[in-house]
Amino acid sequence: MNEFQVIEPPEVEAAVEETVQVTTANETCERVGWFRRVGFRVFVVAGAVVVVGLAAAGRYLTPKKPAQVTAVSQPASAAARPALTGNCIDDFVLGQLAYLHVQPAEVCTDAVFVRRAYLDVIGTLPTAEEAGAFISSSEPNKRRALIDRLLEREKFADYWAMKWGDLLRIKAEFPINLWPNAAQAYHHWVRASIAGNKPYDKFVRELLTSSGSNFRVGPANFYRAMQNRTPEGIASTVALTFMGTRAENWPPARLAGLAGFFSQIGYKPSREWKEEIVFWDPLNSSRATNSAAQVPTSAPNAVAPTIATFPDGTQIQLPPNRDPRELFADWLIAPKNPWFTRNIANRVWSWLLGRGIIHEADDIRETNPPGNPELLAFLEKELVASNYDLKHLYRLILNSKTYQLASQAKPAGAQAEANFSSYPLRRLDAEVLIDAINKVTGTSELYTSPIPEPFTYIPADTPAIALADGSITSPFLALFGRSARATGMENERNNKVLSAQSLHLLNSSHIQRKLEQGPKLKAIFDSKRPDAEIVEQLYLTILSRYPTAEEVKSAQEYGAPVATPKSGKAGTAPAGKRRDDWVDIAWALINSAEFLYRH
Amino acid sequence: MNNQNLSNLMGMTLSLPMSRREAVRIGLFSTAGMLFANNRAFGAAPASPPVKALPIAPIKTKAKSVIQIFLWGGMSHSDTWDPKPDAGYDYNGPLKAPLATNADGIQVSEWFPNLAKQADKYSLIRSMTHRNNGHETAAYLVQTAHAPGERLAYPSVGAVFSYFKSAGYKGFLPPYVVLTQPQGRFSEEGFLGPKLKPFATGGDPNADRFEVEGIVSRGITDNRQKARRELLNKINTMGKTMTDNPQLAASEDAKRQAYELILGEGKDVFDLSKEKPELRDRYGRHTFGQDCLVARRMVEAGVPYIVINYPGGWDTHSNHFQTMQRQTPQLDQGLAMLLQDLKDHGLLESTLVWCCGEFGRGSKIDWQPPWNGGRNHHGAVFTALVAGGGFKGGHVVGASDAKAEDVKDRPVYPVDLLGSIYQLAGIDASAKLPHPMGLEAHVLPSAAEGVKSAGLLTEIM
Repeated sequence: MNEFQVIEPPEVEAAVEETVQVTTANETCERVGWFRRVGFRVFVVAGAVVVVGLAAAGRYLTPKKPAQVTAVSQPASAAARPALTGNCIDDFVLGQLAYLHVQPAEVCTDAVFVRRAYLDVIGTLPTAEEAGAFISSSEPNKRRALIDRLLEREKFADYWAMKWGDLLRIKAEFPINLWPNAAQAYHHWVRASIAGNKPYDKFVRELLTSSGSNFRVGPANFYRAMQNRTPEGIASTVALTFMGTRAENWPPARLAGLAGFFSQIGYKPSREWKEEIVFWDPLNSSRATNSAAQVPTSAPNAVAPTIATFPDGTQIQLPPNRDPRELFADWLIAPKNPWFTRNIANRVWSWLLGRGIIHEADDIRETNPPGNPELLAFLEKELVASNYDLKHLYRLILNSKTYQLASQAKPAGAQAEANFSSYPLRRLDAEVLIDAINKVTGTSELYTSPIPEPFTYIPADTPAIALADGSITSPFLALFGRSARATGMENERNNKVLSAQSLHLLNSSHIQRKLEQGPKLKAIFDSKRPDAEIVEQLYLTILSRYPTAEEVKSAQEYGAPVATPKSGKAGTAPAGKRRDDWVDIAWALINSAEFLYRH
Repeated sequence: MNNQNLSNLMGMTLSLPMSRREAVRIGLFSTAGMLFANNRAFGAAPASPPVKALPIAPIKTKAKSVIQIFLWGGMSHSDTWDPKPDAGYDYNGPLKAPLATNADGIQVSEWFPNLAKQADKYSLIRSMTHRNNGHETAAYLVQTAHAPGERLAYPSVGAVFSYFKSAGYKGFLPPYVVLTQPQGRFSEEGFLGPKLKPFATGGDPNADRFEVEGIVSRGITDNRQKARRELLNKINTMGKTMTDNPQLAASEDAKRQAYELILGEGKDVFDLSKEKPELRDRYGRHTFGQDCLVARRMVEAGVPYIVINYPGGWDTHSNHFQTMQRQTPQLDQGLAMLLQDLKDHGLLESTLVWCCGEFGRGSKIDWQPPWNGGRNHHGAVFTALVAGGGFKGGHVVGASDAKAEDVKDRPVYPVDLLGSIYQLAGIDASAKLPHPMGLEAHVLPSAAEGVKSAGLLTEIM
């Protein structure tokens, strides 16, 4: 049976698709050794369709594409909730929910989906046109098609380079101190890797083994982007970043053993101001030049050890002719490594579903087991089989019914949440939020960097998600919890709601001015269309959906002339709304939970 | 604030042109950095309780509020509060003779006639030293007393106050307020996280209306505030259908707290029309003078920690004397009046005022082009002014050498100054701070960490 593991569903015509999906899902699930705890799922035509599926899929013997999920062909309407067939992920998640007697939420509507997919995949709101077109499209596979399109957008690379910028600590100044052009080089490399969908194992290997100038070799900055550049400090960072584990919880001997692999990294200046070369330095010749910002926790003159120990306990003698970073990288990125694939599979899941299967995503340890081990094992296997194609993993998750559940949990609570019974609400990331506000109002921000002189001014059309350097910031970004990029921990990004944030959104001149003067809103206000249409346009622009009749009415009634108390009737108000009334309506939409949260 | 001042404030060189539009944009952002810990108006639940709020031996709290006046860029010490009239023209340039003050043996430069009459109220520490000449690192040192480059980014004094004082604080305003612009190049909250960030007012207290960002908004009447709040409640469709969601509950809570400030009485503190015009005149009709007046009003409202980031920079590599002659009269007027007014209101005993930059400036003038009479960064020695809150007035602590180039007597390191401030405010400087990664962190570094210290300022406490 296991020979079937490379069989993938064909990109099929709708007619056979549904049955093929179900069957393939079934096969894929079994191949990772999962068996259903509850026999609630009946695959009516399973046996017969395996044959059909195999015949149809005969030529798809390389695991390039995931098992796809598609919407069944029902005409879509604004509130459509297509009955998704689901994929293996759903077998694991929904199976577990059934076992726990937790009812999953309904599948989300198209209007919710389009907004969610844009925000999750490219960190950007859909335009009114994009949202409207998706909602009214009757194409049966439109969700899958949208996911495919979004994964190829330039903004996908921008957004995920931002995410990786947090983890890889891309920041010019204190406390990381990469220096601006090094931060740019580092970011450029990360973004290009994502845009080119570089296999993840290759991506990590390059980060771990690069040498060269901080200005010219982007990934060489990995070893510079740390507050603590001692071998132990580097080992902790490597463990956190690529193994998802916190070395402070390790036995000290394990950390010391891992540190051995990073005991021969040298840093030396060049004749160019602030240039620094990262290199393999077996003789420890550069230790003394290690920048003054570093306070080594071990004796600086310690002789580099000749023995190092992998975190799994295997001890090796460091050969004199090989950079130990290479040895470590080879060990780490092997598919059999117990940490490597697990870490990234779990992280990708947590980024899309708001919570790791192992929670928190960078706290993997024996005493913190996954909530759904079969699901995690499945994702890991998919990733290995796809040769570490992260987009494959994104696609698989995004097309699952689990991902497409509504955010309204049937029973709320910790257990439901930990088992993904609904899509979790999350406040928009700081960068995404300001980009969204700018997009709906048609305004922009000025981002500058005061070092080095002459100052850097970021072009006005650059969205915050595309900012390379964590030091280039704004008070808004700081207020809304942008990552400080000091440690690379996931929790450095803080999306908690604070009253100071409410104050800013509700009443700052920064936001008020955007609402009053933003050309995009102005164009809508001044469009001379009937009030109801203006309201509709505002909803599509700001909330990516059509308003309900009641919402249209509330908006129409707002600011109705006080002199005629009974003039609340829809569409009348001959005097028309004042500009301020429209501003207030846009203000209210921007301050609504629906705008501020991913849902 | 004019463009020049703004660019100074942002730590930029004086010569850099900055368009009005850019200035406005930055001004717009200015207060987005506001954040504040819990207090009465901002939620009943206290912030995560201090690990150790009180020291084992209780410290008598003398300073209930602190006003920190920060002179970004580094004000020259030899031209101001540590004059060396005998050093000669290459050191003193156009400055002639220092002024005697109303305290025995204290002289200040001729640019401080008002402060000369208040010297009984303050003391001058003329031997501040840390030997760091970088803006960011020195500012970090002066405001955290921790060595830059340690593994942790420590919180500033204000954030530490906010952390320890907000539990018992009952005021309407946030516990840690910055007038008017945040520092930008310095993360005040450090590892304590965004909750401990200062609330930066933005706006200009010297304008007709002090528009405090988020609190006092332009052109929106209270009636309109209420009407649109009602509208928001009405059309917050998703928020209304998911009331059991803890995320949304927290968000509603935050909104309610924000409205207590928008519509509540806290904002009256910023309404300077409630002060007599004559008093406002005496503070000086300029941003810094009115900053000082607002600071006094905040002290009355019980705000524990107030920072005035001087509305203009002191990084005078070039055009040094012109800049000094423009800025020092305002510093002199505002600060002198603040001390007098605090005294008049009976607040000086309980209000600690401290004023310095991140370092001083080289006392030997750089006459060569392109500096043409400028002064360089100088962390070897500089002067800090302290007053009230338990500090004695009329004293000089330490001394610099004959040309104000290095410490001669009794060095005072940042840890000594901050340690004294914490002691007077009843904050145990050895108390633990909560680190997000569970690492060991204390308010001030201990001697074991190799930080230089010459002891608390007991001579003036």
